[in-house]
Amino acid sequence: MGEYLIKNGFVFDPVQGINGDKSDVALKDGKIVETTALSSGATVIDASGMTVMAGGVDIHSHVAGAKVDVGRLLRPEDKLFKSPKKTGKVSRVEMGYSVPTTFKTGYDYTRMGYSFVMEAAMPPLEAPHTHEEMRDTPIIDMAAMPVYGNNWFMLEYLKNGEIENNAAYSAWLMTATKGFAIKVVNPGGTEAWGWGLNCTTIHDPVPYFDITPAEIIKGLIETNEYLRLPHSIHLHPNNLGNPGNYETTLETLRLAEGYSPKSDFGREQVLHNTHLQFHSYGGDSWGNFESKAKEVMDYVNQQKNLTIDLGCVTLDETTTMTADGPFEHHLNGLNHLKWANTDVELETAAGVVPYVYGKNVKVCDIQWAIGLEIALFAKDMMRTFLTTDHPNAGPFFRYPRIIKWLMSKQSRDELLHSFKWADRVIAATNLESIDREMTFNEIAQMTRAGPAKALGIAHMYGSLKPGMNGNVAVYNINPEHMPADPDEIEKAFLRAAYVFKDGVMVSRDGEILATPPKLALWVNAKVPENAQVRRDIYEKFRKYYSVNLENYPVRDELAPNQRVIELDITA
Amino acid sequence: MKTVTLTMKNKPELILECNNVTPDAFAGKSLADIGRLEVYEGKFRAPLADYFEIAGEAGETAADTRIVMKGDCKRVKRIGQKMTAGEIEIEGDADMYIGGWMEGGRIHVKGNVDAFCGMAMKGGELLVDGDAGNYLGAAYRGDWRGMQGGLIRVKGNTGNDTATFINGGTIIVEGNAFIHVSTHGEGGTVVIKGDVEGRVGGQMVKGDVYVFGNIQYMLPGFKYMEDVEKEIDGTKATFAHYIGDLGERHPTSRGQTVYANLYVKA
Ligand SMILES: [Zn+2]
Repeated sequence: MGEYLIKNGFVFDPVQGINGDKSDVALKDGKIVETTALSSGATVIDASGMTVMAGGVDIHSHVAGAKVDVGRLLRPEDKLFKSPKKTGKVSRVEMGYSVPTTFKTGYDYTRMGYSFVMEAAMPPLEAPHTHEEMRDTPIIDMAAMPVYGNNWFMLEYLKNGEIENNAAYSAWLMTATKGFAIKVVNPGGTEAWGWGLNCTTIHDPVPYFDITPAEIIKGLIETNEYLRLPHSIHLHPNNLGNPGNYETTLETLRLAEGYSPKSDFGREQVLHNTHLQFHSYGGDSWGNFESKAKEVMDYVNQQKNLTIDLGCVTLDETTTMTADGPFEHHLNGLNHLKWANTDVELETAAGVVPYVYGKNVKVCDIQWAIGLEIALFAKDMMRTFLTTDHPNAGPFFRYPRIIKWLMSKQSRDELLHSFKWADRVIAATNLESIDREMTFNEIAQMTRAGPAKALGIAHMYGSLKPGMNGNVAVYNINPEHMPADPDEIEKAFLRAAYVFKDGVMVSRDGEILATPPKLALWVNAKVPENAQVRRDIYEKFRKYYSVNLENYPVRDELAPNQRVIELDITA
Repeated sequence: MKTVTLTMKNKPELILECNNVTPDAFAGKSLADIGRLEVYEGKFRAPLADYFEIAGEAGETAADTRIVMKGDCKRVKRIGQKMTAGEIEIEGDADMYIGGWMEGGRIHVKGNVDAFCGMAMKGGELLVDGDAGNYLGAAYRGDWRGMQGGLIRVKGNTGNDTATFINGGTIIVEGNAFIHVSTHGEGGTVVIKGDVEGRVGGQMVKGDVYVFGNIQYMLPGFKYMEDVEKEIDGTKATFAHYIGDLGERHPTSRGQTVYANLYVKA
């Protein structure tokens, strides 16, 4: 493994408070080191006139596992005329667009300078295959969040107010699935879908279990803080995608009031609301659909114990996929395209529907504006993260385009005014009146420092501090001479000039140069021995599961390079 | 119009992918440059001139370029893919995907073609003197955007899954079709002059299908309305008019529910 000295770049590292200073970054033995630690043989990379940041961290993206595979199977046409020819010497064939192959996923994230991606929803029963696919996604480190919000064990424990038992079960499930965090999707609503129902408010009782989404969310926050997990609960709230849902969202977020984080990993939030764009809608029909981004962000800005990610609509043809089964059925009723639906036994469900966000469809344009508004109304970019809920609101390789829109009012205004229904879109949104243009430092907060902190992995990712993993991206853009054409911003962030992963140069100008081993992160939380939970698990597997308990956990060979984050709450 | 003639000299052992054989790719090029256009034999890349004797002259534009293919092209695929103008004449048989995604111009195949020809066509004309295989004028596998415009005429028979997801344009089969015609159709016109085994118009939302011969197994989702007089492709006849597929969603237009129409010659 070589030594590198990345010289004279404009460095942005919000963690160290480095804001565009011209300085050097050194890499040795896979880590970031002081420049004085390098030997004279270090390879010098001339980054003058370029922007240097830590490797990117994606907090929410659907890139591996059952849902993604259903998407790939459902959409052979996603590959048609959209698969580049094999070019590089070390890279393999790349295929697909909104649901790309594992190889294309790893390469494209790398080309953008990302080094960590969180798989956003892992059905526990499908964990072995999720890990298999993460293993086969080259270069980028990954972790996956098991989906909890409709799990039968959890519904029963929380119904009875048994936080300790729920925590013991959750810790067991985290270990069995090699999972990272508590993901909650449409709490209660997906289970209700098994009865052909949904929970569109946080007070709708879940059939049979007779618990409300509000009780589930509060119970899971308490479980999460009892376990002192690195990340907070990661919530996709009820009533996604419906006009007027911002009230449900605000009511949901208020559930976190009074809770404070209990974790040794540096996060300050107790609740992460993912893809907030899909939850910030006003109006009561598609006719009077409008942005409520301001109302939602006014609340988020005041609450230090919340973090959010955007879920920006990019106006592409894409594939929606979520554990929110009832929502996908509803969406299929709107667009009449293909629909796949899966039930995952005692745990969750999922649906997949292709979706075309048309540039001249008023509702799609309003959604696009809302995603950007959420970022532009945010006061604390360390709590506001860039995502597209890939591939739901758009493919992840559009992040550079979103960065362009956020950094250039000219570029977003040009697009806004080119819409067929521009006047109506402008009337239903705030975007045109917003002058804010994001700085490089704010982009670095939204794409590396912020998500790393919220995930509780800021000791390894998201900064260029000596000792951090040797993940560095060098972008061919000069902050002191910004290009006149905003498209140059997108170009620079889409294909970094140099990308280093664990100290290895993995990509240069978009060409993949090396595919070193990559890590799967997971959390092993040691909790007090709990005989009741042990028996409950045994009984439920005996009675209801289609697999044996012994065959359920993820075997080690499916995650050959593990980084286990050990927690001991018995101490 | 200028003509380039391709004569097969080295028959490929595997199937040859000739998506570069289009008036668009040939226009404005010298014969040597045309010979250097890339083709795939299986996974192996090679220049077009390795397989064909190339003669004549290309026009300045696609519209001004005609391509004539001689010799055994039975294992040559994708001729005329995505072409926008000009003409292609294939003197014998050809393989799959002939005229796929074509947007304009004209292809005339004097022999038979295999499956997926005229796939997702947007415009232009594809004429086959012999038979066509399965998926004539259908959508790509998985896609909901099928044929959108243009004309396909097959003088012989065709196989299964003709016009799947057709949204526009016209397909005329002068012989017989087997099962699945206009499945998921949402526009366009399909005319079968011979017989159809069955499953005509399954899940069809909109669009027209005419069958001059016999449908051996009618789908239950089609309902007889009345007998009508129609002139189709130069033939005047009385047809039994059915609407359907009643099991599928249907849009409304000016307060009226729009159905797909199936006309079977009385
Ligand atoms: Zn998601």
